[in-house]
Amino acid sequence: MSKIATRASFGKTLLELGRQHENIVCMDADLSKSTQSQHFAKEFPNRFFEMGIQEANMIGAAAGLSFAGKIPFICSFGAFLTGRFDQIRMSIAYSGANVKLVGTHCGVGIGEDGHSQMGLEDIALMRSIPGMTILQPATDQETREMMEWAIAHQGPVYFRLTRQGLRQFEMPNFKTPGVFHKLREGEDVAFLANGGLLEAAFEAANELSEKGTMNAAVYNASSSKPMNDEFMRSLCARYQLLYVFEDHTIMGGTGTAVAEWMSQYAPHHMKVIRYGVKDVFGESGTPSDLYDKHGFTQKAIVANLL
Amino acid sequence: MTQQNLTPENFEKWASRTPKIRENILKSIHQAGSGHPGGSLSLVEILYSLFAEGGVMKHSPALANTQDRDRLVLSKGHGVPALYAILQDVGYDITEEELMTLRHLGSRLQGHPDRVRLPIVEASTGSLGQGASIAQGIAMGYKLDSNPHKVFTVIGDGEMQEGQIWEVALSAPHHGLNNFTIILDYNKGQIDGPTNEVLNLEPLKPKWEAFGWNVHEVDGHSYKELTDALTKTDNRPTFIIAHTIKGKGVDFMEGQIGWHGKATNEEELPQAVSQVQNNTKIGL
Repeated sequence: MSKIATRASFGKTLLELGRQHENIVCMDADLSKSTQSQHFAKEFPNRFFEMGIQEANMIGAAAGLSFAGKIPFICSFGAFLTGRFDQIRMSIAYSGANVKLVGTHCGVGIGEDGHSQMGLEDIALMRSIPGMTILQPATDQETREMMEWAIAHQGPVYFRLTRQGLRQFEMPNFKTPGVFHKLREGEDVAFLANGGLLEAAFEAANELSEKGTMNAAVYNASSSKPMNDEFMRSLCARYQLLYVFEDHTIMGGTGTAVAEWMSQYAPHHMKVIRYGVKDVFGESGTPSDLYDKHGFTQKAIVANLL
Repeated sequence: MTQQNLTPENFEKWASRTPKIRENILKSIHQAGSGHPGGSLSLVEILYSLFAEGGVMKHSPALANTQDRDRLVLSKGHGVPALYAILQDVGYDITEEELMTLRHLGSRLQGHPDRVRLPIVEASTGSLGQGASIAQGIAMGYKLDSNPHKVFTVIGDGEMQEGQIWEVALSAPHHGLNNFTIILDYNKGQIDGPTNEVLNLEPLKPKWEAFGWNVHEVDGHSYKELTDALTKTDNRPTFIIAHTIKGKGVDFMEGQIGWHGKATNEEELPQAVSQVQNNTKIGL
């Protein structure tokens, strides 16, 4: 199956869900072609608000729309959306607004546009807000199921979506944030990976297994908040070593979320090794050159773990 | 929901009720030991024009949290003691005893409005500039639903220095929000000094007119001028520059920047209260 970007899945699904739910509205800040909200905009011009390049006002107005009974999906690059942190913190989260935030173009995987356009700290920022849910679907199917979940869920949700196409893994239906689907069986260690790094982690696990280095289980770590205690305990029962792979700064992302949980609640010593952008800024380059540079390829992961 | 009654007789009735409102503002801030008396007292007539019996807004406690009513977002969240006291006066679910829990641990009456703890306030504000966007969003939702109700928001003059206010200034006319009114509580003071020294806003009227707003300039302590401006219809959003006096009603607070953000001490409180109790003319 060819690769699909989660932003493309989002755009297509929002249109379909918009047909089913009249109270869904959508806002964008002059990026509807990139975020793929353009499909919804075309079919529902009255329910789509082009806000212009005013992310802060868009976030506040979305809160207001939710208080008028709507379910707003607001779209921009993840960097620009979560960069308006105080508006999300106050107008949405603290106000109890039922707004779904959609941040696309996350990670160094966006390539040539460089650091200013890369969502690299978005998980860290959103994790610090009480009541926020952070979802990072890996496939077309998971994007749809997470969006259906978000519509039924009362409260803010941050969707972290990719610009680049992702391999379409088969997995069970999404049910609960914090419960990661297992994509590969393994015994020695577990790889928890998400977004643009899932495929590389999966293939690295296969290669390491073939080489006899380790037999790693692979999980799709498609949410970063809230953590699910039962699932985390199940990891502790099976493994003592976890690797977390993500296209995000290693400070405050999914790896940090796992490490924090483990340091506080694990019944025995658990080691968590975080792979991510190592506290440096992004830069221009092709997506594959950037993934090479940051060690986000199958080859680099294998070389590191051999 | 009461019918609008914008007559001199009714204004007199309103003016006879605001001494108690001002007293509750002063006492609630005093017992908290902190708060913003200056910008709460400047706000009373603006808010009472909207909420009072026969006032401009179509609302009632029974309709709280429905879509079937006009709404007020207090964007200048630090003025909230005035909102709490007025909501209590017009019959919302706040008692006079509860007013005296302002800023206490566990109180619904947070130092700045908290919509989750106290759902009868429309938005959690206090980080300046944001309430205006929230109000704009409610107005957009009402428009989308052909809901005839109106949305009002009160901003402060210092608050207008926030870039987000100017995002709203540009956005609301573009979206045709003729159901949306911003009222500026222009008391001309902010924490670090007079507004025109900290960061001058003038000339205000031509700026907002140029952005496409229906602009009125009124005495913010005159019910007649406020309600005239608040009820004028237009196909544009409305911006009302309400000239007010910081600390209105207490002579030693009026126009004094120092009273922006501090509570009265034991000697000052009785003096302040006796002054507001005797003044039934503010607003007329």
